[in-house]
Amino acid sequence: MTNIAEKLNISEKLIATLELEKNSLAGTAHIQAIRKTALGSFTEQGLPHRKNEEYKYSPVSALFKSELCPAKQNACAKLTKSTIAELRIPGLDSHLITVVNGFVSEDLSDYNPNAKSVLVYNTRNTAKHAPALFEKHFGQYASNDADAFIALNTAAFQDVLFIQIADNVQVDKPVVILNVTTTETASLASPRNLIHVGQNASVQIIELYVSIDQNASAINNSVSEIVIETGAKALFYKIQDDCPGLNLITTTQASQKANSHFDTHTVTLSGSWIRNNLNILLEGEHCESHLNGLFILNDSQHVDNHTLVDHAKPHCESNQLYKGLLDDKSSGVFNGKIFVRRDAQKTNAYQSSKNMLLSDDAAINAKPQLEIYADDVKCSHGSSTGQIDEEALFYLKSRGIGSESAKALLMLAFTQDVVNTIRIDALRKHAETLIEKRLSK
Amino acid sequence: MLSIKNLKAGIADKEILKGFNLEVKAGEVHAIMGPNGSGKSTLASVLAGREDYAVTEGAVQFNGKDLLDLSPEDRAREGLFLAFQYPVEIPGVSNINFLKTAIAEIRKYRGLPPMEAKDFLKLVKEKQALVELQVTLANRSVNEGFSGGEKKRNEIFQMAVLEPCLAILDETDSGLDIDALRIVANGVNKLRSENRSFVVITHYQRLLEYIVPDFVHVMYDGKIVKSGPKELALELEAKGYDWIKKELGDVIEA
Ligand SMILES: Nc1ncnc2c1ncn2[C@@H]1O[C@H](COP(=O)(O)OP(=O)(O)OP(=O)(O)O)[C@@H](O)[C@H]1O
Ligand SMILES: [Mg+2]
Repeated sequence: MTNIAEKLNISEKLIATLELEKNSLAGTAHIQAIRKTALGSFTEQGLPHRKNEEYKYSPVSALFKSELCPAKQNACAKLTKSTIAELRIPGLDSHLITVVNGFVSEDLSDYNPNAKSVLVYNTRNTAKHAPALFEKHFGQYASNDADAFIALNTAAFQDVLFIQIADNVQVDKPVVILNVTTTETASLASPRNLIHVGQNASVQIIELYVSIDQNASAINNSVSEIVIETGAKALFYKIQDDCPGLNLITTTQASQKANSHFDTHTVTLSGSWIRNNLNILLEGEHCESHLNGLFILNDSQHVDNHTLVDHAKPHCESNQLYKGLLDDKSSGVFNGKIFVRRDAQKTNAYQSSKNMLLSDDAAINAKPQLEIYADDVKCSHGSSTGQIDEEALFYLKSRGIGSESAKALLMLAFTQDVVNTIRIDALRKHAETLIEKRLSK
Repeated sequence: MLSIKNLKAGIADKEILKGFNLEVKAGEVHAIMGPNGSGKSTLASVLAGREDYAVTEGAVQFNGKDLLDLSPEDRAREGLFLAFQYPVEIPGVSNINFLKTAIAEIRKYRGLPPMEAKDFLKLVKEKQALVELQVTLANRSVNEGFSGGEKKRNEIFQMAVLEPCLAILDETDSGLDIDALRIVANGVNKLRSENRSFVVITHYQRLLEYIVPDFVHVMYDGKIVKSGPKELALELEAKGYDWIKKELGDVIEA
């Protein structure tokens, strides 16, 4: 009983703080109105409680143990240009946008703000006028009522990073969003992105999650809305590495128009408690989406990947492959929902979740959910959980390869099909290096 | 080189090797024949160190070391090689990376410096030619999608690369077409030397026409029940195993 009371308290205190700060948060009347609605929604919902199906295997009570304040902008002294330079992906020429505790940091970013093709707008920068597109799309996709964490983010965000790719522009190099969490106090960072990919445009976005000197109770709750217009193509990579101790909730809400292509990778190698929501609405015909995920966990790490692919229109294809390697007392969740609406004939929707448990104490909960209302569709889902293949292990050992490296080879092999689909060469090499390093730990 | 004394081993409650004895000296080729289920592959597995089998009695000396005391990887590093009857497919592990790792770890164990990349590639190319293994190894996973014959050739190829001092070939001939059989046998013959020994497990005398053994042993019910010169294989081919079983029966009855 005390537990529930405490939890309510934390929720309530958070709401009270947000109420107080609401008016001091920057932004236009449009943004203020959106925040207000979101706060109302969060007040009504509170944090997801134990009985919430969506958070059944990832109870958030463990996360919201202490009182949280909205994160402050002032970053730690360690965050300098040279630290940031070290965090960049080797051999990758990119536009870099650094976001610290949910605040876009112009100083630590490295992109050409005047480039016409890629427009980066941050809402605290009131000198600039909000582009019409921003007002049209912002807050229109991630619904407050769908998830309390969306409402919480929308009520609490400080900045919105708005990336706009103009129609017909093929962005020359990947855009890297460096999402840094560094707070000395127990606080809540709320990064917020809106990415608009214009008609027939294409862009590659890499979101790197990093934590530096993070307070153990701090939480980073981010929301990204991604709009992919007709004929556009977006590759979106989330790399959660180098973020020990990070408590992270990410929601990616994508909306695809006709003939668009959306390719995602969610790679988790680090972090303490992570929930990734990836929701894709296919609202035009002939769309293609790929959802790839890889998580490698140890100690008592917890990672929960929730995907939702909503086929609203015919002739679309979605393909999901999520793989997990779990050691020690780590735990993982894969929950993949596929909706095929009545209109969505000729849908191809595939889903596969494969997991390898490396210890008796590790656990995975994989749950596919297919809801199909159209009759002319091809859908499949599969989930498997196994251990290291002993036959293969013996074969490698019988050739003189030691137990540890033999296991590492097999684990590396297990990750291969996900890694191989990373289309940016430098990123793929980087991921391979990180994974190799991670597996030889 | 290899000395097996009264080896008893099995799985769960089932004893499969029931007092197996064999002496293999440097440079010798021993053939082991015997009916299905007599324990030939089990012997090979126990020697290679498969943990599924429990050794209950006996001793195995390999180059003066207690073989049963070594981990499977250390047995390989000491120079033991097993060509598997059923080589496993390992998706995602490239043949080249696999061999590179094996060589690196074996050399490290033996206190040798790492092999230069170009020497490694040269070695691979040379040995691939030896067994006429035409698959491109670099971008293919270990045995994945290999035909039955290619898998067997790959075993001999690995043996050629790793240059063991004792190789156990478990039915490497089965599943090979006539040309492949000759090629594989040739590969083995080229590796024959006065300090390298072979234990060749086979059902067919044909292989022994190519790889001429110094001794032929008949294994039955977990032990060697008859040994002889290479001509014994011919006799087995002609008469089958019944006469041996009968001989055995006579012995037991007497
Ligand atoms: N892992 C195992 N579990 C249960 N029984 C086993 C196992 N391995 C071997 N056996 C049994 O032990 C006996 C010997 O098997 P083994 O494979 O060694 O025979 P083999 O002489 O190699 O036969 P073949 O000529 O058919 O290859 C068989 O009866 C087999 O079923
Ligand atoms: Mg056998």
